[in-house]
Amino acid sequence: MTALGKLFRTTTFKLTLVYLTVFALFAAFLLGYFALNTRRLITEQITDTVNAEITGLSEQYRLGGIRRLVVVVDSRARRPGSSLYLVTTFAGESLAGNVTSLPPGTLDNPGWTETVYRRLDEAEAGEHPEHHALARVFQLPGGFRLLVGRDLDERERLYNIVLSAGRWSIAIVIVLGLAGGLFVTRRVLRRVDAMTETTRTIMHGELGGRLPVAGTGDELDRLAENLNLMLERIETLMHGLKEVSDNIAHDLKTPLTRLRNRAEQALRSAENETEYRAALDSTIEESDGLIRTFNALLMIARAESGHTRDDMSEFDAAEIAHDVGELYEPLAEEKGIVLKVEARSPTPLKGNRELISQALANLVDNSIKYAQPRDLINGAPAEITVCALSEGDRILLTVADSGPGIPEADRGRVVERFVRLEQSRSQPGSGLGLSLASAVARLHGGELTLTDNQPGLKSIIALPRGGPVQIAG
Amino acid sequence: MATYADISGRRPSRRTAEAQPDRVTMRLLVIEDDRDAADYLVKAFREVGHVADAATDGDDGLAMALDGQYDVLIVDRMLPKRDGLAVIGALRAKGMETPALILSALGQVDDRVKGLRAGGDDYLPKPYSFSELLARVEVLARRRVGRSEETVLRVGNLELDRLSHQVHRGEEEITLQPREFRLLEYLMQHAGQVVTRTMLLENVWDYHFDPQTNVIDVHISRLRSKIDKGFSQPLLHTIRGAGYMIRDGAR
Repeated sequence: MTALGKLFRTTTFKLTLVYLTVFALFAAFLLGYFALNTRRLITEQITDTVNAEITGLSEQYRLGGIRRLVVVVDSRARRPGSSLYLVTTFAGESLAGNVTSLPPGTLDNPGWTETVYRRLDEAEAGEHPEHHALARVFQLPGGFRLLVGRDLDERERLYNIVLSAGRWSIAIVIVLGLAGGLFVTRRVLRRVDAMTETTRTIMHGELGGRLPVAGTGDELDRLAENLNLMLERIETLMHGLKEVSDNIAHDLKTPLTRLRNRAEQALRSAENETEYRAALDSTIEESDGLIRTFNALLMIARAESGHTRDDMSEFDAAEIAHDVGELYEPLAEEKGIVLKVEARSPTPLKGNRELISQALANLVDNSIKYAQPRDLINGAPAEITVCALSEGDRILLTVADSGPGIPEADRGRVVERFVRLEQSRSQPGSGLGLSLASAVARLHGGELTLTDNQPGLKSIIALPRGGPVQIAG
Repeated sequence: MATYADISGRRPSRRTAEAQPDRVTMRLLVIEDDRDAADYLVKAFREVGHVADAATDGDDGLAMALDGQYDVLIVDRMLPKRDGLAVIGALRAKGMETPALILSALGQVDDRVKGLRAGGDDYLPKPYSFSELLARVEVLARRRVGRSEETVLRVGNLELDRLSHQVHRGEEEITLQPREFRLLEYLMQHAGQVVTRTMLLENVWDYHFDPQTNVIDVHISRLRSKIDKGFSQPLLHTIRGAGYMIRDGAR
């Protein structure tokens, strides 16, 4: 498409054309109406004047006969800007007046007539311009004829002036309108083109690109701002996705390599059934671990995409704390840890019960893994406290332990997928527990924070009581 | 070394000491479009003594299920011609109540709920272990007998009264926590059958996630210390590679 063709196709330009046409038609109608009415008004004026003069002159004739009429007409005809007069005998012989060269037969019919004529003074001076006039022929008693008329040139001149003014103004309206329309259209088109250009670079993989915002706050700006927000979100998601695939590649490859090595080793050097069996057993164990990691990843991905948001119900957070505490209590006891639950029913919360339970379970599991018996210091056993309490319009689910804690600098990082601090590499686990808890919290419009329990770690899942608030705008 | 998952068919003599499930021959239908997976399942089921057939698409599966007199159907979620849920729906519409276990690669909570709502009786996400599948199928087949209606469950000299919530072993009364009671109740409902950790987590705790560390094992060992400690004949057995089973070993 050519640049001009593109310009003509824009909505703005089409709108300009429509407005221009409507406006021009309206102006033409207005001026036409004005011209016609002016003309009609002038004609009426002429008629009135002529009628009055005829009445006056026939009165003079009645009073003083033809002689008096001729004198009066002569004197009136000589005034500048006078009307047109002609007095003739029955035979058509001119007796007085300022008109000559009337078409033959003009005087035969009494009444109104539009006619051409020459002025007597001009004819005597040798000039012969033809004029138009509106005149009335009046038959006087005694066979004399009287013609009184007014020149029409003035009327026509005025009419023509109005008409030409109309033509010009319409032409100017069209030219200015078109120019304005083109200007506006080009401006809009330029901005749309810039947006198109940006989207094209974004589509080519340049995810950091943003639509230009002119800063005028108009509708295009609003559109651009919203699209930019959307792009922002997409970029974050894409970034997350890339990070996940990188991490998956890294963290799944390790156990896969181990698995493969073991199978290979068994094929190469196993000597009896027992050894084969052992190799197969460890293969199954390793693949179970892989499946577990994979499931956790899927779960996080789904929680992050907000997919599970439909599955929300109202339940008692205290009950969840008690249930999870109860599930882990024997395990804690086996490790010499005291697990306590502090939660008063009811603590109503709206959310996905299963996911919140799992998030809390992950935190407890985490604490049990890393909790150190405090007896090193004062002989008291290690403690883990699970709490559910409401604070303002939020519900806090916390797990506090007396373990080594997490250095402040690392607290943000451990929530990421697969991040396990160096000192914990020896512990079993996928490194996904905290990321899942964090994803679940975010799904519900809340957050996971890790703080110092002095000593130990305190993990807090803070959730809005009424479930996630839909993000507006 | 021998495990419950062992499908080799060979039964080494040293295994006789281990508890064996009371296995009744079942007629099973596997509806699965992946031929390898279907063959593997049919072979594995036959090796543990069941009769198994396979269908590779939804239409065939439905036709076979309608006149096959099967005890349990194992239905893949996504099938050519007719979706797994549609197969179960069509069966239920015809008044067939054959228990159906859904296998699905989707494996998420809402997907499970959808499957159960469509008329499935159990749900197992892929990839699964055969021992898990077998345990669930056997539980489904046995469910028809209606054992869960009994008010007093007995295994050997262990007795659980579901109304008074009392448990006795012989003359001795055993005190259990509420959750331990439910755990024992579930195990005794399926006495003689293998119950996996996931099944326990789902049915006793109502959780459908994987609690990473094996918390169930600790609960079981607690329960075991209460019901088996001090008795010469243990009732609660660990089935390696599969799960647990409560069974009167004296029979």
